Amino acid sequence: MSIATKKNTAPDPSLKIVQDATCTFCGCVCDDIDLSVKDDHIVEAKRACVLGKSWFFNHHTDTRPNCLISGQPATIADGVERAAQILAGAKYPIIYGLSDTTCEAQRVAVGIGDWIGGNVDTTTSVCHGPSGMAFQGVGEVTCSLGEIANRGDLIIFWGSNPAESHPRHFTKYSLMPKGMFLPNGRKDRTCVLVDVRKTKSAKAADIFLQIKPRKDFEALWVLRALAQGLELDAASIEDETGVPLSAWQDLMDRMKRAKFGVILFGMGLTMTRGKHLNSEAVLALVRDMNAYTRFVAKPMRGHGNVTGADNVVSWQTGYPFGVNLSRGYPRFNPGEYTTADTLARGEADAAMIIASDPMANFSQAARTRLAAIPYIALDPKETPTTRAATVAFTTATYGINTPGTVYRMDDVPIPLRPAFDSPHPSDFEVLSQLERRVKQLKAAVRIG
Amino acid sequence: MSETFILIPGRTSKQGCGISEGKFTEGYQSEINLLQVSPRDMQRLALAEGERVRLTSETGAIEVAVTAAKGDELPPGLLFIAYGDLSSRLMGGDTHGSGMPTSKGLDVVLEKIG
Ligand code: SF4
Repeated sequence: MSIATKKNTAPDPSLKIVQDATCTFCGCVCDDIDLSVKDDHIVEAKRACVLGKSWFFNHHTDTRPNCLISGQPATIADGVERAAQILAGAKYPIIYGLSDTTCEAQRVAVGIGDWIGGNVDTTTSVCHGPSGMAFQGVGEVTCSLGEIANRGDLIIFWGSNPAESHPRHFTKYSLMPKGMFLPNGRKDRTCVLVDVRKTKSAKAADIFLQIKPRKDFEALWVLRALAQGLELDAASIEDETGVPLSAWQDLMDRMKRAKFGVILFGMGLTMTRGKHLNSEAVLALVRDMNAYTRFVAKPMRGHGNVTGADNVVSWQTGYPFGVNLSRGYPRFNPGEYTTADTLARGEADAAMIIASDPMANFSQAARTRLAAIPYIALDPKETPTTRAATVAFTTATYGINTPGTVYRMDDVPIPLRPAFDSPHPSDFEVLSQLERRVKQLKAAVRIG
Repeated sequence: MSETFILIPGRTSKQGCGISEGKFTEGYQSEINLLQVSPRDMQRLALAEGERVRLTSETGAIEVAVTAAKGDELPPGLLFIAYGDLSSRLMGGDTHGSGMPTSKGLDVVLEKIG
């Protein structure tokens, strides 16, 4: 070994090493990242994928004010006061976002929703909300990602492109790991991709089935029929789904032969016409398959703690998203209490947006409404939503600056190991102050 | 000329990295402002790389530059754009009782500009 190499391997004393840090960029929530931190910069993120590296390298502290009221710098106390007045004084306030913050902060946000008698909705409603509805209708045959790593010998990705959205899913959980019952790793598994586009994930698959756009529901019901052994008309099946019946039959034979089959489904299903019916078709197919072998289905959850949001909102209100608390008890009704609707229909008269960006992601009608009502935004970054907010708080980044808990996409809770302090308050701190003030205001109204 | 296509907005690596780099950065903005068209449709419609087209959906209209999709990623008749401001402008506000606006598989009319 040359002297130069030796020098490079010696630890740099000015670097702080954080072992097994957790990446919260996507639902994989990888908790095996080794960070090298120099002051308030992360300079190395070992084992992180391209998205994870971008996440860790671009959240150093900045000099933006902690709080802006109508675009002017303000103290946190003044921001909290104004935010509390807006929320407590509204007739139909809504709370939205929550998928990129800790469970601890989510819990306080639900508490505020209860005090103000508003809606609590999360970005689940515009990602796997339809799957949430389908779980209630059909049930969920499920497992942890660890079980998939150890047992899954037939892995079907449907309407999901993990190569670009969850880059380490293949290597950590679904394809590459050598598992307890799959000693040869990738060689012991068959991977099938079903999608309307031949995405970058197709390279990782053994079989790619390119279906016609908006035909997921039909294709899934073809498989359900084949599972029952029904005879189907080859010409009409190919015409309808874009894939020959023989290919569907081959897939069904593989599904029946599999020891542990898995369907990992993405927003190709939930965002396309049919929505919850598409998710229901997956879940029903998987339920049917359990007559032959062990089969599970899991949604590929996007944001770092969107699964935590479902869990926290569920254990506090009984429902995962789209909850209304105006009568003092929770009611659930997607399409009525979900944010895309309450905004687009012009019903909400005040809002609090936590760690999400509806000003970029929502329909024009919803954005126009949000721009017209007073609202509060909490986000570590400047976004179209924070720019137009009445009160905008710049908050510390979860996982990089603040500790707490997040849930991986398979409902496994994982602790965060922060890398360095932020000059900005955490979502939890801002929301806790806000909850205290909202309580006072609401109590005063009740007594008065 | 105008022709109907099906538009699939979706995630890309660059768009994902752009979220962390900042939504007002050049990298993010250029990624969400680019429409992928299948090479065969590019040729058939005589569209040049970078040429701007107008896309109109039931609810909105945008102008956007086109690029040929890589290899056989897109079949003819399908368009792809990274999620962002432009893709949201084509999305309707109605969720059909689901909470989720139809955000993928949108019918759009593509017109050449000028
Ligand atoms: S796969 Fe997801 S959680 Fe893991 S490092 Fe990449 S972005 Fe982070």
